[in-house]
Amino acid sequence: MIGPRLVLYDEDQQRLTETCGRLAREANAGMVFVIDRSGQLISQTGEVGGFDTTAMASLAAGDIAATGGLAHLLGEKEFPHLFHEGEKHSIHLSLLGRSWILVVIFDERSSLGLVRLRVRKFGEELSRMADEIVARAPDERTVSPFADITDDDIDNLFADF
Amino acid sequence: MPFINFPAREVNCKIVYYGPGLCGKTTNIQYIYRKTNPNARGKLITLDTDTDRTLFFDFLPLSLGDIRGYRARFFLYTVPGQVYYEATRRLVLKGADGVVFVADSQRERMDANLESHEDMMRNMVEHGLDPEATPFVIQYNKRDLSTAAPVEDLRVDLNPEAKCPDFEAVATTGYGVFDTLKMSVKQVVRQLRRGHTLQP
Repeated sequence: MIGPRLVLYDEDQQRLTETCGRLAREANAGMVFVIDRSGQLISQTGEVGGFDTTAMASLAAGDIAATGGLAHLLGEKEFPHLFHEGEKHSIHLSLLGRSWILVVIFDERSSLGLVRLRVRKFGEELSRMADEIVARAPDERTVSPFADITDDDIDNLFADF
Repeated sequence: MPFINFPAREVNCKIVYYGPGLCGKTTNIQYIYRKTNPNARGKLITLDTDTDRTLFFDFLPLSLGDIRGYRARFFLYTVPGQVYYEATRRLVLKGADGVVFVADSQRERMDANLESHEDMMRNMVEHGLDPEATPFVIQYNKRDLSTAAPVEDLRVDLNPEAKCPDFEAVATTGYGVFDTLKMSVKQVVRQLRRGHTLQP
């Protein structure tokens, strides 16, 4: 049966938010995101106010994908960490398990060294969570919210078009 | 891969527009962006070259509304059409829940259509997407050009057994653009309905 395969429950979100929150605090980082490799935003923590987090997730996944392509050309399996330094903000990206990406955004209140250190500290825990959530067996709650929709429901999606 | 986020009460899906270079994939997305209620759309991200050719992808997030209390969000992507961006196309296709193939109706672009179609099939298989089971729509674009081949001729090559819905379009004017998108969204949602028991 074909069906959705990435499902996030309340307890997953709480664990992710709590761990990412500790990472953000200990790294003095403004924002911490967890996204998947196809560009879906899974969790966000921190001062996300004015930022377009959806676009950011899509571009960060593209960044990781393109860099992974470069790695393959060089015979490397992956480049597991990426860093982009700007005048005000910098971004650190790292792979979490097989499917997810950790994005840490920080400014002059932190440093690359501190962020790397904290990412190493929390990365393993987050990687385990990522692999567990992606691979876990379905439980009784795993019924799609779309299971009993009608064609009229689908047509109504376009009511504003 | 659809993402069901129970805490956020959201269902997110990804639709990828595929096709040969200059067939009008970006024009489709730009038209959708212009004609969509600003409250229902996010920022249009375009990663292109100095000559406005797509380098990596275009990205447009759409919020279509609620179904049973869940917000249905669709992320539209285009791939770069030029032949030598094959590696990039493969990356963008990852995690697609639906694919729209935009064909260039001009006779002299038929070989390019076929080459892109084969490339797409190959990349879908590489990502574990079953071309027979993945929601798929074909759009014959540029129907307004005098050099356009008859739709019947295009169908013979691209949709010979009429397995998927197809639409005529002129993306520059918007003709057929939303018909194509609506059909793709319907296919993806129906797929979600059919696959109502989730698998890891």
